[in-house]
Amino acid sequence: MKFTIQVSEGPYNHQASDTAYQFAKAALAKGHEIYRVFFYHDGVNNATRLTTPPQDDRNVVNRWSALAAEHNLDLVVCVAAAQRRGIADADEAKRNGKDADNIAPGFRISGLGQLIEGGIQSDRLVVFGD
Amino acid sequence: MGGDVKKFMYVNRKAPHGTVYALESLEVVLIGAAFEQDVSVVFIDDGVFEIVKGQVTTEVEMKNFSNTYKALEMYDVEKLYVSKDSLEERGLSEDDLIVDVEVKTAAEIAALMEEQDVILSF
Repeated sequence: MKFTIQVSEGPYNHQASDTAYQFAKAALAKGHEIYRVFFYHDGVNNATRLTTPPQDDRNVVNRWSALAAEHNLDLVVCVAAAQRRGIADADEAKRNGKDADNIAPGFRISGLGQLIEGGIQSDRLVVFGD
Repeated sequence: MGGDVKKFMYVNRKAPHGTVYALESLEVVLIGAAFEQDVSVVFIDDGVFEIVKGQVTTEVEMKNFSNTYKALEMYDVEKLYVSKDSLEERGLSEDDLIVDVEVKTAAEIAALMEEQDVILSF
C-alpha cells in the first residue's frame, strides 16, 4: 500500500513524530511504500538540524534524516508553517533576508499542495497529531 | 489537475485563536481547492467557534481570519457542515454563524466521514 504521512506536532513535546517514524519504519519493513512525509503545524520543527538532545535520548531529527537516506523518502516541510516558526533552507533564508538556514539533511521545503497531492496519489493519508 | 477526484474532508475541531490549527487548516483548504477535488469542511467541538459572527481580535492581537471562511464559496468549497450537538452545547445556533452551513447530527457526520477518501483533522 502507498502511504502519505502528515506529522502535525514538534519533536519531544509530543509523541506524534515518534509514532509517525515508527509507523513509517514498520510500513517500509512490510514492503509498503511511503510516498511522502509532510510536516505541518509545529511538525516543521522536526526539520531543524540544530536540534541537540541529550546524548542518552533519541535524536528525532537525525532519525528522520537517516530513514530518508536509507529509503529515499520525500520529507516535505510546509513553507508557510516553516516561515512562521523559523525553519529555513538556504533559498528561503536568502529570500527572506535571514542570516542562516537550519534545515536538516533529507528534508525539503515546499507548499501545502504537496500534502493534497500526497492525499490524491496515496492509498492512505495518515495524520499523526492530536 | 489529472483525472483522479477524491473525496477530501477537512475536520475543524479547535477554537480559532488559542492554537494555530484553525488558521493553518484554512490555509490547507484554500490551497487544496486548486486541486479540484470533492471537498467538504466540517466544524465540530470548539471548531464551531471558528465561524462565529462578529469576532473582534484587536485586543488580543491575533489575526482575525474569520472573514476568509466567507470566501470559500468562491473557491467552490460549498459543502460546510456543522455539528448540531456542538452548536447546542455552546449555546449557538445557525444564525450566529458567518457562513451558510448544513447542520448535521453526529450520526449524519459519521456517515459523511464514512464516504471520504481522505480526512484531514485539525
